[in-house]
Amino acid sequence: MNQEIIKIRSLNAWYNGLQALKDINVEIPRNQITALIGASGSGKSTFLRSLNRMLDTVPNTKTSGEILFSGENVLNEYVDVITLRRKIGMLFQNPTPFPKSIFDNIAYGLEVQGIVKKKSNKLWGLFRNTKIIAQELEKSQHPIDIAVAQSLKEAALWDEVKDRLNQSAFQLSGGQQQRLCIARAIAVRPKVLLLDEPCSELDPISTSKIEELLLRLKKNYTIVIVTHNMHQAKRISDFVGFFHLGELVEFGETKDIFENPCQKITRDYVMGNFG
Amino acid sequence: MKIRGYLQEVIYFSIFRGSAFIGIALLFMVLVLLFLTGHSVIDWHFLTSFWQHREITKGGILPAIIGSMYLGIGVMLISFPLGIGTAIFITEYSKNSFWRKIIQLAIRNLAGVPSVVYGLFGLAVFVNFLSFGTSLLSAILTLSIMTLPWIITASVEALEAVPQKFRETSLALGATHWQTIRKIVFPAAFPGSMTGGVIGLARALGETAPIIIVGATFYLSSLPTSPLDKFMALPYHTFILATQHSSPYASSYAAGTALVLILLTFLLSLGAITVRYYYRRKKDW
Repeated sequence: MNQEIIKIRSLNAWYNGLQALKDINVEIPRNQITALIGASGSGKSTFLRSLNRMLDTVPNTKTSGEILFSGENVLNEYVDVITLRRKIGMLFQNPTPFPKSIFDNIAYGLEVQGIVKKKSNKLWGLFRNTKIIAQELEKSQHPIDIAVAQSLKEAALWDEVKDRLNQSAFQLSGGQQQRLCIARAIAVRPKVLLLDEPCSELDPISTSKIEELLLRLKKNYTIVIVTHNMHQAKRISDFVGFFHLGELVEFGETKDIFENPCQKITRDYVMGNFG
Repeated sequence: MKIRGYLQEVIYFSIFRGSAFIGIALLFMVLVLLFLTGHSVIDWHFLTSFWQHREITKGGILPAIIGSMYLGIGVMLISFPLGIGTAIFITEYSKNSFWRKIIQLAIRNLAGVPSVVYGLFGLAVFVNFLSFGTSLLSAILTLSIMTLPWIITASVEALEAVPQKFRETSLALGATHWQTIRKIVFPAAFPGSMTGGVIGLARALGETAPIIIVGATFYLSSLPTSPLDKFMALPYHTFILATQHSSPYASSYAAGTALVLILLTFLLSLGAITVRYYYRRKKDW
C-alpha cells in the first residue's frame, strides 16, 4: 500500500444533533485518486468537508476524533484553518468562478496570501480592462503571473483562454469554468485536492476532459473525489470508499471494490441495485 | 370564447399600459411645469449671488446651493459607510437569530417614520443634548440617521443576494472571513447598496421639515464657515418663496430654486451612480 497522507481515526460528525458520520477510520493514500461513493445523505460530503474544516462554515455541526495531516490533528481547535485550507484545496459541485476576470480568479488564492498584484498605473484601468498579453505573462517574473500561467497550463486550459485572460470568467463554458476552478485551486500549490461531485453538472465531453486532467494531476497532488457516477469512480480512481448511512462500509482498491467487494451492501450499490 | 379571451387581453394590457403612462406623464408634467415657471430666472447671476431679501430679482441662491451641497456630501460621508457597515455586520457576522430579525424589522419600520419625527429627535439629541446647536452638523447628522434605514435595508438585501457558494469558495481557497467580505462579497453587493444610498440621499436633500427644526434658516448674509454655523438650503428656500414671500416674482423664483434642487440632487447622485456603474460592470452571474 502507498504511503498515506491523511489518517482518519474514529471520526464522528453531527448535524443539528443527528450523527452524520459514525466512527470513520481510514487512511488516504498519497498521490492517488480516492473516490468516495454512496447514496445521497450517506455522509461522504460531510466527510470531505471535515478534512479541510469547511464543515465549520455550516452552522450547528460538531465533530470528534482525529484527522492527522502532516503530523497535526486537523480537528484541533487551535489549528490555523486558513493555512490548512491552502494545503487542502476544495472544489464544489457547480463551477464557482468569482465575478472577476479569468486572470483575477486564478490570482485570488495568492492575493489573499498577501502577494500584491502588479498595478496598472493608468487611472483608466478602473473603467477599462487592460489587455493581458499571453507572451508577456509567460515571460514575467512576478510570482502571481508565474502561478497563473503555470496553473492554467496544468489545468489544460491555457490554450483556450490565453487570449482573453482579462475577460469575465462567466464567459467560459461550464466545463471550462470547472477547469478554471481546478486551476484556481492548484495555483496555491496545495497537497490535497478535495472534489465534491465536480462533474455532476457537466456534459460527457467536459467530464472526460476533467477526468483526464485529474489523472494527470495525481502525479503532484493527492485527490479525493466524491462522485455519484460509478463509471467515473471505476475509470479514474485507485481507491474507493463506500459510505452508507454515515458509516464507511468498505474501503479498498478500486478493482476489489467493484469486482470483489467484501460486503453484500457494497456489491448491491456498485451493481446499481439501490442508489 | 375566443373573442372574449382576446378582449380580456386588450383590456388588461390597456390597464397596465395606462398606469405606466399616467406615472410617466405625472413626472413629466411636474418637470415641465417647473421648467416653464422657473427657467426664466435661472442665469449665472441667480446661481452665484447672495440672496437679497427685499428685492429678490437682484440676488441669487448661492448660499442655499452651497448649504444643500454641504448637506448632501455630509450625509453621504456619514450614512453610506455607517449603513453599509451595519448591513455587513447583520449579514456576515451576526448569527441568524431572533434578535437579528427584531433588529431588521425595527430598521425597516424606521424607514417609514415621518421626517419631522427625525427632526424632533435631532433637536433633542444633537442640538440640545450634544450641544451642537442649530447647525449644519446637527442637520447632517439628523438627515444621515433618516437615510440610514434605506441604505441598511438595500445593503442587507444586496448582501444576501450574493450566492453563498462565493463565500464558501473563497474560504476554501484559504481566504479569511474578512478577505472574503472585502474582496468577494462586498464588491458584488456594492451596486445594490448604492441604489439604496442614492434613493436615501435624494430623499434627504429634498427634506424640509427636519432641517428647519435643527438648523436651516431662510436668510443668511454669509456662507457657513464651520459645521456649527447655520445654513440655507434649497428646499426650505423654495418653501418660503412659494408660500411666504410677497414679491410678484416669488413663484418663478420658487420654481427656479426647485429646478436647481433637482439638478443638484442629480449631480450628487451621479457620483454614486458612477461608482455603482464601475462595480456593476464586473458583476455578472
